[in-house]
Amino acid sequence: MNHRLLTSIGIAVVSLSTAAGQVPKTTAQAPAKVVAKATAAGKKPGAFRTPWGDPDLQGVWNDATSTPLQRPGGVGSKDVLTDEEAEDFQKTLAFDLTRDRRDGGPEVDVNRAYNDHWMDARRLKITADRRTSLIVDPPDGRIPPRVPLPPERDKVRAERAAANDRFNAGLPQHYTDFSLPVRCIIRTDSPPYLPTIYNNDFQIYQSPGYVVIAPEMIHSARIIPVDGRPHLGKNLQQWLGDSRGHWEGDMLVVETTNFRDYPGVIFQGGNRETYKITERFVRIDATTINYEFTIDDPKTWTKPWTARIPWSRIDPNEQMYEYACHEDNYDLVHFLTGARSREQRGETK
Amino acid sequence: MIAVETAVAIAILGLAAMPATGQQTPASAGQFPPYRAPRMADGHPDLNGLWQAFVTSNWDLQDHEAQPGPHPEIMGAYGAGPAGQSIVDGGEIPYKPEALAKKKQNFEKRTTVDVSSDKTWHALGDPEFKCYMPGVPRATYMPFPFRIVQGSGPYILMAYEFTTATRNIRMNWKGEYPTPSWMGWNRGHWEGDTLVVDVTGQREETWFDRAGDYHSDELHVVERYTPASPYHLMYEATIEDPKVYTRPWKISFPLYRRMEKNVQLLEFKCVPFTEELLFGHYNKQATK
Repeated sequence: MNHRLLTSIGIAVVSLSTAAGQVPKTTAQAPAKVVAKATAAGKKPGAFRTPWGDPDLQGVWNDATSTPLQRPGGVGSKDVLTDEEAEDFQKTLAFDLTRDRRDGGPEVDVNRAYNDHWMDARRLKITADRRTSLIVDPPDGRIPPRVPLPPERDKVRAERAAANDRFNAGLPQHYTDFSLPVRCIIRTDSPPYLPTIYNNDFQIYQSPGYVVIAPEMIHSARIIPVDGRPHLGKNLQQWLGDSRGHWEGDMLVVETTNFRDYPGVIFQGGNRETYKITERFVRIDATTINYEFTIDDPKTWTKPWTARIPWSRIDPNEQMYEYACHEDNYDLVHFLTGARSREQRGETK
Repeated sequence: MIAVETAVAIAILGLAAMPATGQQTPASAGQFPPYRAPRMADGHPDLNGLWQAFVTSNWDLQDHEAQPGPHPEIMGAYGAGPAGQSIVDGGEIPYKPEALAKKKQNFEKRTTVDVSSDKTWHALGDPEFKCYMPGVPRATYMPFPFRIVQGSGPYILMAYEFTTATRNIRMNWKGEYPTPSWMGWNRGHWEGDTLVVDVTGQREETWFDRAGDYHSDELHVVERYTPASPYHLMYEATIEDPKVYTRPWKISFPLYRRMEKNVQLLEFKCVPFTEELLFGHYNKQATK
């Protein structure tokens, strides 16, 4: 494995944390064989059950991995790394990110130390099956090409991109220039669940008729009825949408609708009327849940796509903490006041 | 007139001297006939459901008249608060004299917002006004429902509609709180049919109501949830804080099961409702 490839994977890893609202580059690649077997249905059906008979997903789980959502461009059709390549990749990633490096000057050094402080150490490991992407379908491991968008949706995307650019340039004009996570409105509490730099823990609670998923990244609980009730009326929309689950054997299948009409709410800028997300949770052994999501939105992408992320059970004594995001969101004021100071000094970028 | 004042003073002293417990029949016994709740597989009562308080204590824990909101000139009757009776055992919160002055200042500055400095970020204003997590016990009597999720694991979740706050109740947990938090460090156990939750480690910034009732970093709350009927839980909370009160005190009221067909916990993600208030001042157009 050459170092250019490693770097491109490393960049893809970092970009995951800002995936919401950004438009991926798509590249045409030769289709590779499908890596993923069909989602494991569990070795022993019925092995993990609650006292009331539902499959038992209760516990604290962690979805951190360094495997990127999309297969990096340089990797070609390679879908699985060898043991040696995987080891090499993890070592190089660890070296790229460590605070113990001193090359690159003081600013880079400080940035590395800052990131290292936040970094979930589990982020340095790729998935156990050594895949080169979390996306398992299409076989090229990449989000399918977009369909042409109508001008009004292109405009929304362009406005969002311009706001991101102002933020990245250190010159946000308005609190709405920040992304929803920076504004502490939604973080990893909205589907699909993707690994990020820190706080990758999820606690699953269950009671008869309900599955509830609470992420560590922000204090909210996604309450999923599994009692067959209908969705909310179409005029009642929510930041996290409205989720309904049902059991297919050992698998929890969740469909989510009724997302709010606001840029950044729907993953990757999907179209609210046609966007459909289906998530599947299946416990394959005592310490692993396979989490899969499929996104189907014919007004945004040329075909559906599916990603799979293993969730690992964490030691119950390794507790989750409250994440009070908005309550101490000093950053938002610092960013805005910093931008105003820079404008006064005549700095434009 | 002097005689009347003396009589009032004696009455107030009399209230303050009453013991915190024992003067009333336990609410769960007095208001409801005996009740045995359905059981979970572990033999404990099943508290699952969507619950809501219908007291007006979020405006004021103690007796209060109907009142205008902070800006009646623009909010009219929309901003006004309802009258309500005290849910405090004995009627009054036993403040130390110096602490009462702080409560009054809290009330006067309840809608003051100043996030210009990290150090004084939380100095003034009601946290509810800024959409901050409400803490315990306030979360229980805000005018929003909450869901109890009780399964077969060692945790019970309380998920609140207001700012989608959550509490993880750790059953029979021994460890002390690792760091202060807005919703506290919640350790639960069963005493008969009562879920008892011991809450420590709450951030000192939370308030109890819009009247400015408050506590310090030594707050200790013990909650009791007791099934009283298929549709009611009796709720009690004993509040202790030697820095602020002369003795522990108690609140109690019933929680009602929400019964509407297909009712569910919705979102009250209120951050977007406060951004202009908190951050609008620092936007570009504001400084032109």
